[in-house]
Amino acid sequence: MNPLSYDFMQYALLAGTFTALAAGFVGYFVVLRNEVFTSDALGHVAFTGGLGALVAGVQLLAGVFASTIAVAVGMGTLGGRSRGRDVAIGTVFAWVLGVGVLFLSLYTSTRSASGGTTGVSILFGSILGLQSTQATITAVAAVTTTIALLAIARPLMFISVDPDVAAARGVPTAMVTVFFLVLLGATVAEAVQAVGALLIFGLMVTPAAIAQRVTSRPYAGMLLSGALAVAFVWIGLTLAFYIPYPASFFITALAFGTYVAAMLIHRLGRRAA
Amino acid sequence: MPSWDLLADLQLLLEFHFMQNALIVGTLVAVLAGAIGYFVVLRGQSFATHMLSQVGFPGAAAGVLVHTSPAVGLIVFCVAGALGIGWSGRSVGAGRRSEAAAVGSILAFSIALGLLFVRLYAGSAQGIYGFLFGTVLGITDQDVWLTTATTVAGLAVIAVIGRPLLFASVDPDAAEARGVHVRAISILFLILIALSVAELVQVIGTLLIFALLVTPAAAAQRLTSRPGLGLALTIGLSLLVMWGGLAIAYFSLYPVGFFVTSLAFATYLGIRIVKAAA
Repeated sequence: MNPLSYDFMQYALLAGTFTALAAGFVGYFVVLRNEVFTSDALGHVAFTGGLGALVAGVQLLAGVFASTIAVAVGMGTLGGRSRGRDVAIGTVFAWVLGVGVLFLSLYTSTRSASGGTTGVSILFGSILGLQSTQATITAVAAVTTTIALLAIARPLMFISVDPDVAAARGVPTAMVTVFFLVLLGATVAEAVQAVGALLIFGLMVTPAAIAQRVTSRPYAGMLLSGALAVAFVWIGLTLAFYIPYPASFFITALAFGTYVAAMLIHRLGRRAA
Repeated sequence: MPSWDLLADLQLLLEFHFMQNALIVGTLVAVLAGAIGYFVVLRGQSFATHMLSQVGFPGAAAGVLVHTSPAVGLIVFCVAGALGIGWSGRSVGAGRRSEAAAVGSILAFSIALGLLFVRLYAGSAQGIYGFLFGTVLGITDQDVWLTTATTVAGLAVIAVIGRPLLFASVDPDAAEARGVHVRAISILFLILIALSVAELVQVIGTLLIFALLVTPAAAAQRLTSRPGLGLALTIGLSLLVMWGGLAIAYFSLYPVGFFVTSLAFATYLGIRIVKAAA
């Protein structure tokens, strides 16, 4: 039984590989810039945006991409320097999810046949259920995101590590930041397809966190983060093909297991030294 | 259909047994959540609360998987999570880079575990929505008793440790110097958060807990800095949001989670606007 002879596995690998690469690269900067919880919030937005699009009769993917990019840019420009306002942010995003629940109920009650499981696939991913157009769109979007990120990688690295010096050297800090947020929004939208809105961390944050434990060299870390994310998706998809449990569980569990192992090795290494 | 005759509406609301159970549990939960939430905001522990609520999803699913009530699984997982946070001995926050990444990784894994548990017992999409966003239909008589017991226990503990907890929250160093066991109290309080999270999940689900455990308290603390008044105001707002959400949801046929989060958000926004204008 060759997994690659099935259409759904080919689509999953096509979308999954490039999404993982984008998520690993973008995730590296997310951890470096301490924007971990922005990506969590964007996952919630993706849920509401996707279902809102369905209720309005628009394509789900269009809603997911539009909402995550818009909110990422909005959060970046409005609340850039607002640390410690976690109560206000938490309240807003609980409400965003509440609106998503309303959309879910509206959509489920109008389209009783397929509506019931749509919400679950947005929340937990549906990579093995992708159609050929969805897989192509996701892969093209992920490749575009990756290329765009590589194009701004140098100034982005600079402003993430030392924003003041970067600004003094004439790096257009504000522009690079907004551009990065657009990429972050797009990556979350792609990752929602693969692992789901609730498990974004598993693909965007965990590989990057492992990479930063292993190496402190910036570009090596970024490449390692991307490579790890791709490896988790490949192994996770293969496991899900043979074992009838969700791919997003395997991907997240692999990432978490590797993270714990990297932490332990890091500790032991420090103790031996 | 609701009329504007309040007495008749109330009769409609209490007509069905599931709604009676939902209102009893909702009331108990709102009182405990208000009391705990006041201290959560005072101590800046809203992030730890968010973490504990995410652990609720695998907890509830595990409860179903091993054929006990989801409520039992919720309590076990949330209390274990609280002990974990307390044992690590650090204040959990989204501030430090490595810590945020670690917390994010744990949360993703815990939610994935919940998904696996649901698949293991072949749960339905409706079941998942129930855990994540709450449902008023599934509250059994047994859950009512369990909620009553945990609420009474939780309120009793708050009544006993309330004063030292307030002291330790406002000025931990001075409290320590005066012989208050700050560490023990903070672990005990984490367990109280876990209990109220476990209760809240039954009504509004793991993803929307913030709206009832943190938002009313944050709104109340914008209005007053006096502890007694703030506590009473928080409980009042929680009850208002909970009763309003349950009643509107019942008559509109739309999910309770939407109305509870919207009412909480509107209250918070309204108070902030009024305070900004004043």
